[in-house]
Amino acid sequence: MNSTATSHENAGMWWIALASLLLVCSLLVGVMIGPAGPAWWRVPLELINRLPFFSIHSGLTDTDWSIVWQIRAPRVVLAALVGSTLSIAGASYQGVFRNPLVDPYLLGVAAGAGLGATIVITVNRSGTSTWWIDPLPLAAFIGGLIAVLATYLVGTTGKGERSSTSLVLSGVAVTSLATAAQTFLLQRNSDVVRQVYSWILGRLSSATWGDVRLVIPYVVLSTIALLLHRRLLDVLRVGDDEAAALGVNVSRVRLVVVVAATLGTASVVAVSGLIGFVGIIVPHAVRLIVGTSYRVVLPVSLLFGAAFLILADIPGRVLDNPAETPIGVVTAFLGAPFFLLILRARKTAQ
Amino acid sequence: MTSLAFDQVSVAYSGRQAVAPFNDTVKPGEWLCIIGPNGAGKSSLLRSIAGVVPHTGRILVDGSPLSARSSRRRAQLIAYVPQSPVLPSGMTGAEYVLLGRNPFVTHFGSESVLDYSMVQDVIDRLDLHELATRDVDTLSGGERQRLVIARAIAQEAPILLLDEPTSALDIGHQQQALELVDKLRKEHGLTVVSAMHDLTLAGIYSDRLILMHAGHVVAQGVAEEVLRPETLGEFYGVSVRVHRESDGTIIVVPNRTSVF
Repeated sequence: MNSTATSHENAGMWWIALASLLLVCSLLVGVMIGPAGPAWWRVPLELINRLPFFSIHSGLTDTDWSIVWQIRAPRVVLAALVGSTLSIAGASYQGVFRNPLVDPYLLGVAAGAGLGATIVITVNRSGTSTWWIDPLPLAAFIGGLIAVLATYLVGTTGKGERSSTSLVLSGVAVTSLATAAQTFLLQRNSDVVRQVYSWILGRLSSATWGDVRLVIPYVVLSTIALLLHRRLLDVLRVGDDEAAALGVNVSRVRLVVVVAATLGTASVVAVSGLIGFVGIIVPHAVRLIVGTSYRVVLPVSLLFGAAFLILADIPGRVLDNPAETPIGVVTAFLGAPFFLLILRARKTAQ
Repeated sequence: MTSLAFDQVSVAYSGRQAVAPFNDTVKPGEWLCIIGPNGAGKSSLLRSIAGVVPHTGRILVDGSPLSARSSRRRAQLIAYVPQSPVLPSGMTGAEYVLLGRNPFVTHFGSESVLDYSMVQDVIDRLDLHELATRDVDTLSGGERQRLVIARAIAQEAPILLLDEPTSALDIGHQQQALELVDKLRKEHGLTVVSAMHDLTLAGIYSDRLILMHAGHVVAQGVAEEVLRPETLGEFYGVSVRVHRESDGTIIVVPNRTSVF
């Protein structure tokens, strides 16, 4: 008999393996399905064909392959990056604030990014072709970071050094301020409302390998930093005071986790717009299935969130083609019933 | 065994003084009990030792100041059982006890085999097998308290701070919890500082009592010297009788003051 804590770790490994398998399947399904292009079953054959030492005739033309590789693959990979980042950031935020209702947009990332995007769309109506770099994701990224910085500065000045409540409240204030500024701008420039609105609803449709390259450094950095803190997030569950008495530098851990989660969130928001619901629903669904320990919740949320967004993106591009259903709408439509289902199943089991 | 000394230690919350400059030396292996009415500064003093609230002055462990140590090193020396501990729902008893090993795990590391076997050892010794696999949410007050003490023991700190360890327990579990602490104190040579409301229990278990009032120490000594009707009357504002049993136990009984 080894201790019960160890057996929990083993269970955690199984969940991680299972979620990895799910992610691999989702990646495959993601590149197999689309409104135009080759028959779905030819794609895996071609993928095997492209592996070294394999040669299978898949019947894919060059055009088919470029649809798979240049259009579907970057979109699927981007969906995976966005889904995993929003999920792990959401789970981490819920951990450091010890509040299950918190999502990665809590400290104003979404509103700041929205304001940044709105400013660029308003100023730059003629299009972005004259720029050497697409200013939209850049402005959204910077807007998101500025908003969170403002939240942090407002929330930690004053006496409540350790109070996370003041931080959350200042996030609410900064969000309102940025939203108000955005509304004002939109009202003044009603011709760009549609463009801004479509950005707000989230988009993966125009994903390129360039977008993937743009976000991947931030996503990797943020993910590694958050995964490294998974044990400490478990210690923080006993509250700031007891965690401090157990030797944790609470405010430093909170700062590092918030910075890492924000950096990841801001970068994915910059390329995908606002995809709501993922950051709150995925960690909760994962908790209901694998238990509450962050050692398991963080890696499983990461994998599961990636798979979830890949799958959620599929109906969006297949249904009412060529118009696209915004991914944010699909995540809410799929996520809410799915969440209720798990909640119900869990209740019956008890 | 480890000593704990206070040199002009005071605690203030936004300018309001909670503990006036406090000087004392707790001898290695001693059990010091701090008593006093609500708001006297007992918890604040304990929290300052645990590093949860800032303090001025110096707290010395075996002669060297705590402020010079990292929070991890401090936690290796001092285990703290708060008044109302948080037991996170969804955690098993064993996982909760494992939190006590945090001071020995590097920042980004994970627990070693040694940490796990230490936890198993504490579970064995405190006979917590039944609680180890259960969700802490399903435990009774007495079971929770045993688990919190187990976490503090797993911390292997030579100094144990207890803030009202028995306030949520019935008389049987009060005795059980304090007997457990006393047994562990003798086995491990722990130095114990506790804040308590039950004066009789405070007198029975501690080696020495300190009575605090409005942040100041107003009386100290063995039970017989501190637990006197006139002293308690003055600082608690109560009318009590104090009995001395043949074995030296001091019993404090409140008088009924209402007139019919």
